[in-house]
Amino acid sequence: MQSVFETGRTWRRSPVLIKDWRWRWGIYLFSLVYLVLAISTVEVNWTRVYEGLDRGWRFLQGFLVPDFTSRWRDISTGLVESLTMTLTSTVVGVLISIPIGIGAARNLAPVPIYLACRAIVAVSRSLQEVIIAILFVAMFGFGPFAGFLTLTFATVGFISKLLAEDIEEIDEGQADAIRATGASWLQLVNYAVQPQVMPRLIGLSLYRLDINFRESAVIGIVGAGGIGATLNTAIDRYEYDSAGAILLIIIAIVMVAEYSSGFVRKWVQ
Amino acid sequence: MLTVENLTKIYKTGDRALKDVSFTVQAGQVVGLIGPSGAGKSTLIRCVNRLVEPTSGKIRLDDRELTRLSGAALRSARRRIGMIFQEFALVERLTVMENVLSGRLGYVPFWRSFTRRFPQTDIDMAFALLERVGLSDQADKRADALSGGQRQRVGIARALEQDPELLLVDEPTASLDPKTSRQIMRLIGEICAERNLPAIINIHDVVLAQAFTARIIGLRAGEVVFDGEPDQLTDKVLTTIYGEEDWNAMRRGAEEDSRDNQEAAERMAGLV
Repeated sequence: MQSVFETGRTWRRSPVLIKDWRWRWGIYLFSLVYLVLAISTVEVNWTRVYEGLDRGWRFLQGFLVPDFTSRWRDISTGLVESLTMTLTSTVVGVLISIPIGIGAARNLAPVPIYLACRAIVAVSRSLQEVIIAILFVAMFGFGPFAGFLTLTFATVGFISKLLAEDIEEIDEGQADAIRATGASWLQLVNYAVQPQVMPRLIGLSLYRLDINFRESAVIGIVGAGGIGATLNTAIDRYEYDSAGAILLIIIAIVMVAEYSSGFVRKWVQ
Repeated sequence: MLTVENLTKIYKTGDRALKDVSFTVQAGQVVGLIGPSGAGKSTLIRCVNRLVEPTSGKIRLDDRELTRLSGAALRSARRRIGMIFQEFALVERLTVMENVLSGRLGYVPFWRSFTRRFPQTDIDMAFALLERVGLSDQADKRADALSGGQRQRVGIARALEQDPELLLVDEPTASLDPKTSRQIMRLIGEICAERNLPAIINIHDVVLAQAFTARIIGLRAGEVVFDGEPDQLTDKVLTTIYGEEDWNAMRRGAEEDSRDNQEAAERMAGLV
């Protein structure tokens, strides 16, 4: 059978977000002008940039010939401190996050508890690690204890929020089925929620473990101990070869954490 | 005996899902609840175990008024009402055995369920039920490793593990192929007969409802428009429930299914 149809009709994908072409082009133009103006206000001191290039080059040279040996004692102490801080803060942080995450899930917690837990999450997330570290260093003095508290605090915000979101997205059918058996609230959490969110909780915890390690290097610079403190000292002394060695070690550890966490996540599925 | 009196449910959105629904279900009676999508079938059975809160009306199971219960009393009422779900609603990442044993959650304290140390009698019952539904060798598999029909059997075993006085069955066959659907419906029917267990089965497949239930209630837009025996479901009645349609075409399709099914039954008999 031969079908008869009209030919030559044109079709174009219709714009999704902004239907009116005048608005659309207006916004593009505005963005472009704003970008040009914004860039033109950035002041660049070209002579300083030139000097910086020289320093950068020395830094790179340090990288190319990293010196692991002459400051090895400092580096290893810093590393052990950082790793201890990372592991303890992740474990303690995750343990605290579990009840807060459950409390911050709208489908499990009554409104007052939900609001309280969300407030804790919001406070923890609104403060950047470095700022908290400065506070804790001022309160408890230099050293890894301040670092441990900082990372724990940051972990609680991170894990609780993501755990709560995950709990809110569980399959309610499975939860209904457990409710229908006459299960109590704790049994509901244990039988319907935990099995559904466990793989993701383990994945998030491992992810947080390597974030905490990286952060431990940053907060060390403001006095919270660990490899960051060692790195800071090395740079202050212009010992770029030692600094290079420290950075290489950090990169290696983060990569090991990355690969092994990917492996573990696959295994818990 | 289940008594539903003047049950009304109005959702927050203003939808009147149920209007003044009343009926009783005697011990051992299997009732098919039919009606188009959105007629309130699901809402009705979920009101019984209070997964949905009724707006007004009374529901009594034997002498217990279910609509006023809360907290521990509600949980202890729920544990005697088994529920079977459309998408099976097994906890996918738990094993078959854990899913069946979850039927005992209303009976055991938290620490026992948390450590998975259920009383021996519960475990014996679970094994017996798995045997009854034909899955005794699958106890340690994860629920998501089973096929649809097998999952629904686990769902049935879980509901029976509750030692229920009433079964609520929500579209048990909607995710299953025609043959498995009939097997599952037959299994539910047999089990209710064995235990003299009353059941309300939501089902949108009229032919299946006629074949496997003793009584049919038709819902339309939240109201009971038919309550009678399966053979009283004439074309005229079906039209009041569902609206205009060629009902004979549907029956012819069903006859083909049932021929397939008969062959399957013969084959099954050969295996035993």
